[in-house]
Amino acid sequence: MAATESVTINTLPGNGAGSGHAHFGRLLVAEWTKLRSVRSTYWSLITVVLAFPFFSWLIPFLIAHNWNQADPGSRAQVLQDPVSTIIGVGIDLGQFGIAVLGVLVMASEYSTGMIRSTVLASPRRVRMLAAKSVVFTLLALVIGEIVSFVAFFIGQLTFKSVLTVNLGAGTNLREVVGAGLYLGMLALFSMVIGALIRHPAGAITGVVLLLLVISNIIQLIPGAAGKYLYSYEPTNAGAAILTNHTSDKFLLTAWEGYAVFAGWTALLWVLAAWLLVRRDA
Amino acid sequence: MIQATALTKRYGTKVAVDHAEFTVAPGKVTGFLGPNGAGKSTTMRMILGLDRPTSGSVTINGIPYDKLAAPLREVGALLDAKAVHGGRSAYNHLQVLAKANGLPRARVDTVIDLVGLHSVAKKRAGGFSLGMGQRLGIAAALLGDPGIVMFDEPVNGLDPEGILWIRNLMKALAAEGRTVFVSSHLMSEMALTADHLVVIGLGRILADEPMAEFIAKNSVSYVLVRSPQMADLAPKLALRGWRVEMQGDGSAHVYDAKPSQIGDVAGTEQLWLHELTLVHSSLEEAFMRLTASSVEYHAGGTAGTGTTQDAAKPPSSPDAPVWGEAAGDGRAQPPAEPDPSGQPPTPYQNSERGQ
Amino acid sequence: MIEVRDLVKRYGATTAVDHLSFTVQPGRITGFLGPNGAGKSTTMRLILGLDRPTSGSALIEGKPYRDLPDPLRHVGALLEARAVHGGRTAFNHLLYLAQTQGVPKRRVQQVLELVGLQPVANKRTKGFSLGMSQRLGIAAALLADPRILILDEPVNGLDPEGIVWIRDLMKALAAEGRTILVSSHLMNEMAVTADHLVVVGRGRLQADMPVAQFIAQFSGSAVLVRSPQLETLRAAVAEKGWQCTPSGQEGAVVVTGTTAPELGELAAARGLVLHELTPQRASLEEAFMELTREVGQFAHRAPGQPEPADAPVPGQYAPPSGQPDAGFTAPGAPGAGAGQPRGGNDGGH
Repeated sequence: MAATESVTINTLPGNGAGSGHAHFGRLLVAEWTKLRSVRSTYWSLITVVLAFPFFSWLIPFLIAHNWNQADPGSRAQVLQDPVSTIIGVGIDLGQFGIAVLGVLVMASEYSTGMIRSTVLASPRRVRMLAAKSVVFTLLALVIGEIVSFVAFFIGQLTFKSVLTVNLGAGTNLREVVGAGLYLGMLALFSMVIGALIRHPAGAITGVVLLLLVISNIIQLIPGAAGKYLYSYEPTNAGAAILTNHTSDKFLLTAWEGYAVFAGWTALLWVLAAWLLVRRDA
Repeated sequence: MIQATALTKRYGTKVAVDHAEFTVAPGKVTGFLGPNGAGKSTTMRMILGLDRPTSGSVTINGIPYDKLAAPLREVGALLDAKAVHGGRSAYNHLQVLAKANGLPRARVDTVIDLVGLHSVAKKRAGGFSLGMGQRLGIAAALLGDPGIVMFDEPVNGLDPEGILWIRNLMKALAAEGRTVFVSSHLMSEMALTADHLVVIGLGRILADEPMAEFIAKNSVSYVLVRSPQMADLAPKLALRGWRVEMQGDGSAHVYDAKPSQIGDVAGTEQLWLHELTLVHSSLEEAFMRLTASSVEYHAGGTAGTGTTQDAAKPPSSPDAPVWGEAAGDGRAQPPAEPDPSGQPPTPYQNSERGQ
Repeated sequence: MIEVRDLVKRYGATTAVDHLSFTVQPGRITGFLGPNGAGKSTTMRLILGLDRPTSGSALIEGKPYRDLPDPLRHVGALLEARAVHGGRTAFNHLLYLAQTQGVPKRRVQQVLELVGLQPVANKRTKGFSLGMSQRLGIAAALLADPRILILDEPVNGLDPEGIVWIRDLMKALAAEGRTILVSSHLMNEMAVTADHLVVVGRGRLQADMPVAQFIAQFSGSAVLVRSPQLETLRAAVAEKGWQCTPSGQEGAVVVTGTTAPELGELAAARGLVLHELTPQRASLEEAFMELTREVGQFAHRAPGQPEPADAPVPGQYAPPSGQPDAGFTAPGAPGAGAGQPRGGNDGGH
């Protein structure tokens, strides 16, 4: 068969495939397509978007409703850190949506086999991981900030009858902004765990254990070692930015804590990148 | 013997199998051919009582499958290789089947040896490759020493040795007088395996005849002639009214003549021959010719296709492929028009040669 | 062009690919053959940069795959293993791949049309049949108009029409001067598809030659001849020192030790009329089995090797003859028919 009368691709309209390299900008666009084209993204984010503001209404509502019957100790606790009261439960639950999504973003590539297509299209794997990290972290950060502010304003309105919470007062703004920052960093952290463990179920279990169990039981370790372990455990360190009162076992300031969380994430990211290049896809 | 009588299956308004009539006789390998979505799987499922016919019937030695007293002793089937509990060993899987059907334990060892899974019989079937799963499925099918065996795409996942093995197995089973019914998409494989063909298209039986007859009916045969004196020979052949098509490599395809007639001409004229071979179409070509000529075959997909496709299509573009059996929602056929441009048939290397 | 140079891949103690070297040339279809566990899939994965070689290299147009700035424009690959997220639609999967290389969106529609997946472009791929997944993989491979195609078992799950379509497609692409490397277990399919063969066994190169040469090398040559003057012809053949064996057909014999042209010229010289003169070529399958037999144990079991290590010991799969409960006669040891000259295809008898 002569080349001119052949079937396929060069017979599709001239230079239909375009030209150009798989540079970082293109990978960003491509990773965004990947993220928005699976349902798990929406389900996970809906969990955050609904649960977080809901509890930021429910908790202040219950407290305001019972304000006159509450004992002075409880009132003082609320008055000391009203923002933490508003967002605390919501973020405790909402963070699982982000964590699960973070794990899935990377681990589902392996469980479905998609990783093969991914690294065939972008054999410079670290570049791909970077693009994925940027896209997903930005998404989580933007959604996290929006949801945090929405949640705060809902809580502020609900509290209006019993107390005034001013965004500008004390550490309030830092805590609200911090909630978004925390979710953004947790997203990246979970994604990196997904990249390291590669099995969705295993990685989700790992992250949930860390958030629910390890971060708490670690404080039972006695002595200075316990304090260090407790303070430097990534999610504990990261969550310091969500409050203005930390337990006396916690050795860091809010921003130091966040920096430790970021440091852990960066360290694991480098490890994940190194393994990604080394390991067979 | 498997016998289908006016066998029909409808899913809602869709007719999957439409008054199918065919008989699968013992002592030979019967190939069951048809494109995706033609009704092959549905038919096989009805034979095994997995689906109920909307009307008509299909019987195993005269009895519907669900009325058989000991079904595994009558029919062994390989439908889905992975229909095994992944946590169970091959041995236990077969043991469970044997117990459920009152078959002796020794039979399990026999079939495991037969399919060559002996060394992995105690391993979890979940770790099996597709080929090993296929062998396990075959072992299960043969467990009850059935007179009838049915295989759906048996060579899936097998390597060349496995493919040869199962082909010989099927022939051996048929030679023992068993009924062997096998579906496949691989025409080249079927050509080597089957003695008889049942061809289904759009739910209807398009052919039910011996392989040789099927090929002869749906093919154009010619005589391949090579000669160092072709320039002298060709006009002599054309003079007899035979159509002579010169090929690029110096050989000629001669139509409407028997090899002996051509040999006689060459002998009379004292011309040298370097080759004189009767060439039939391959099964694949015959199958394509049959299904392409069945008009309804393509009717489903021609409507509502994009225009860019047609514009983009070169003159000799092969058909856009037809697929069917969308897992969930039945058949949807993308554009597929019959051979658009009278592209000359590809000279397949495995054309039938000889008688 | 694909160049594999002294490629080695070990998984622990198992050597999956053992100092393998070969070159895949453009303009023809190169078939990549070998039993399960022979190292085929691993080699393909090494060429595609999915696995890292233990030593040696695999180069695409002179570069390792991982160094290609726009890999999909160089190489389109269809892997046997699933490489799609089932929750994503066919269109979005291809769109993702297109965006990584800056391939226009329009092109996604075009390849979807080309493979006939247009009607299900917006369905999630987890509901796809094997054949549909295969077409999606082919669409992905063709997306960026690559010069090289690497296809692992491309006819898997396709129906007869699909099989013819992909074969014609590969032939057309090769005719355009592209490089095509295609692996398959289906010898009879390869026989009508490939121009050249690369055969691996136990991780090593066993053959690298044109299909016709491969068949000729691993099988004897013989000619079926039919003549109304058969006895005279027999005598002439015997004079030449060639051997006549019965063909099983009335009026015809199989002659070994010569070629069809020689035999034809002998007949013409003696004034004998021929009614048939057919070179008896072994099938590719027979040639392959013969090679397997010569090389001995061909595949090896490789625990932990990604490629399905199907046959622990291939010989063991040959059912033992003389089964007590016989029921089934031994279906013949692999390679039983190898080397016996016969028509390329005996389905028509």
